[in-house]
Amino acid sequence: MTSIKKTAAALALGLTTALVAPAGAQTLNVAWSQDATGLDPHTQPGFASIRLLELLYEPLVRLDANLELQPAVAESWSFSEDGTQLTFRLDPDAVFHDGTSVTSEDVRASFERILDEATGAVARANYTSITGIETPDAQTVVLQLDGPDAPILNGLASVNAAIVPASAIAAGTIGTEIVGSGPFTLAERTPNANARLAAFEDWHGGEIAYDEIAVNVLPDETALLAALRAGQADFALINDPLVATLVPQTAGLELNAAPTLSYYVLQLNAAREPMGELAVRQAIACAVDRQDILDAALLGEGEVTGPLTSPAYRSDPQGLFCYEQDQDRARALLAEAGYADGFSATLMAATGEPPTASAVAQLIQSQLAEVGIELEIEMQEMNVYIDRWLAGDFDMAVALNGGRVDPYTMYNRYWTRDGNLQGVANYIDDTLDSLMSEGRIETDEAARREIFANFESHLAEMAPWVWLFTGNTYTAQREGIDGFEPSPTGSLFGLVDVTIPD
Amino acid sequence: MSYFLRRLAVFPLVMLGVSIFVFIAIRLVPGDAITAMLGTEGGMLTPAQREALTVYFGLDQNWAVQYLRWLGGLFRGDLGISVTYGQPVLQIILERFPLTLQLALMSMVIALLIGLPAGVYAATQADRPSDLLVRVFAMIGQSMPNFVVALLAIYILSVGFGVLPTMGRYVPFREDPFGNLAQMILPAIALGTAFAAAVTRISRAAMLDILSEDYVRTARSQGFSQRYVIWRHALPNALIPVLTLSGVEFGYLLGGAVIVEQIFALPGLGRVVLDAILQRDYALVQGVVLFIAFNFMLVNLLVDLAYAALDPRIRYGDRP
Repeated sequence: MTSIKKTAAALALGLTTALVAPAGAQTLNVAWSQDATGLDPHTQPGFASIRLLELLYEPLVRLDANLELQPAVAESWSFSEDGTQLTFRLDPDAVFHDGTSVTSEDVRASFERILDEATGAVARANYTSITGIETPDAQTVVLQLDGPDAPILNGLASVNAAIVPASAIAAGTIGTEIVGSGPFTLAERTPNANARLAAFEDWHGGEIAYDEIAVNVLPDETALLAALRAGQADFALINDPLVATLVPQTAGLELNAAPTLSYYVLQLNAAREPMGELAVRQAIACAVDRQDILDAALLGEGEVTGPLTSPAYRSDPQGLFCYEQDQDRARALLAEAGYADGFSATLMAATGEPPTASAVAQLIQSQLAEVGIELEIEMQEMNVYIDRWLAGDFDMAVALNGGRVDPYTMYNRYWTRDGNLQGVANYIDDTLDSLMSEGRIETDEAARREIFANFESHLAEMAPWVWLFTGNTYTAQREGIDGFEPSPTGSLFGLVDVTIPD
Repeated sequence: MSYFLRRLAVFPLVMLGVSIFVFIAIRLVPGDAITAMLGTEGGMLTPAQREALTVYFGLDQNWAVQYLRWLGGLFRGDLGISVTYGQPVLQIILERFPLTLQLALMSMVIALLIGLPAGVYAATQADRPSDLLVRVFAMIGQSMPNFVVALLAIYILSVGFGVLPTMGRYVPFREDPFGNLAQMILPAIALGTAFAAAVTRISRAAMLDILSEDYVRTARSQGFSQRYVIWRHALPNALIPVLTLSGVEFGYLLGGAVIVEQIFALPGLGRVVLDAILQRDYALVQGVVLFIAFNFMLVNLLVDLAYAALDPRIRYGDRP
């Protein structure tokens, strides 16, 4: 018996000694639940990969927390008079992690790699207006465009357009050896477990107030909160609004919430009857109570939205078609379309992606049932969902679709005649198509806003999809970890400004 | 001996069957490495881009060619390269396996240390209140899912005491014995609870059977003490079903404890195989599942051999 007691005491001792290991003043302990799926900045679209890569690589320009363009590798930029040339001056202090300067040759090689279809670069479609890349000197790059392309600057502000060393491209080591010009170097990494990022001393963007970031991947969201509570993590990225709402209730922890650009939407497939009928789609739009779904599924953590989610373009959605639930109007519209007795259809959602998807689906199901529309919910594993989503193989789908800063970049894939994802949207008309073309070439800010306001109200009225709301992106930190500014893109680039108390 | 050799001879055949099954099963699941990586952005690819990625992930060859190529690699000890980790599959397995092995061993030790004495004790106290108490606890232990135990443990520790075992990285025993045990004890308890409850119930039932056997009564009538009869005569025979249960359970645990590894953020085999399936990393899924199957068969073989050691009457195939 005594030996058991001894063992227990030894274990308890071990527990406490290991648990209070000091979080060294120079290390920022970061925890998140999903790890990067790869390290090639040009081919990784997932947010989990992007937020890591943004700390290692830099594009020409980047967006700050207010979504304003800021210098990155480039220190300045300008369009030519006719809008067909975009000239960048590179920051002469920008260096790669191996100590070599970032030159116009690296920029040229990077874009050639992105535009080469064999690369499988994920954002290639945003840069296809580039017809030539000139490098008059080591610090100057001129992009030749096939016509005015107002959204391209925002499109370039993505780590998917990161500038990588020409030598690494030639050696074929992109994605395996990490040589970027970003604020951190990748010191070590075990995928899906942990990583260590060392502050890059020669980073041209300024000095970082601590020595390194230690990342731990904690797949369970409640474990993230526990790690913060126990002091094992200084800073954590939280996806589940349920867990996020617990943070402010814990002494010593702070929550940052920022509205996202990505949006929850009920996608109707107009290629299938009866969703092909305008009146039926409008009836569905009138039958849903967006705020109700938001309150129940996301604990009210978000905002009802129209199609445009970017702060510069977002407007009060109450002016849009049937944003106030109106069941009588919904029934009348159904009757007008010949479905007075309602109809039945299937509603597809992805399991756990986002964690709130099934709750949103169930709420939509019950709201539509009140006007006679019977929905059968099909929960699908993410990969199966994606396959069917891309094939347009669904009646209706609950989706959390990614947003972009520029409305054109965000929606040309769906709402133009030759959009890559027109087969997913399955609805297009001349008004949408022509408003998108106008928005692409218009460079005057006020005029663009008006074009997209028209686009938004037409889209809501045609109701090919029923836009619901945007959620929040959450990070949490221990008190004393200061300086992080959350961004609607969910970027963690703000970690470069963080200070840790001694 | 010939039985042992026959069992060994079956090994490669079963492995071949498993390899074919896994190879086909993972490919029958909708989605591939491209959809797993690109998600809905995959719809933005041009046909040429898609083609390039298909070649990159080796999805362009037919299944037979892919399988034979993989099988050929197996004979050279090459399980392939994981596309998500960019490392050889064998290397990933060898990095993750020590944690899984330790977790399985610790859970089994906990289960046996608690379950065996409790079961034997309950059997000797049959139908008395103390027996009832053990049975109730065993029932609760077995019906409580391990993730509940795990989450409760984390919650109590972090909220009540503000401490938590190291998560996200494995602290090897050789580097830091205390840190290692502190990290592994909670997951081992979470896994060991239901295991211990099962051991309790099986050992109690087996002991009850044996205590009513003639030879036990004979031993008692000869005046041997209760303790001697239990430890010397009854227990060794009651261990057979416990061994069977432990063998099967241990074999499962060697395959990784997906949920508990997930909650405690332990980089073990269970999480590797889960992530590999979600990311459609075919080579990794195939390699890890094959490794798990091999372990399972090996453990079962050892259990069969242990039967013979426990009970001299058990002889496989050898005629006297």
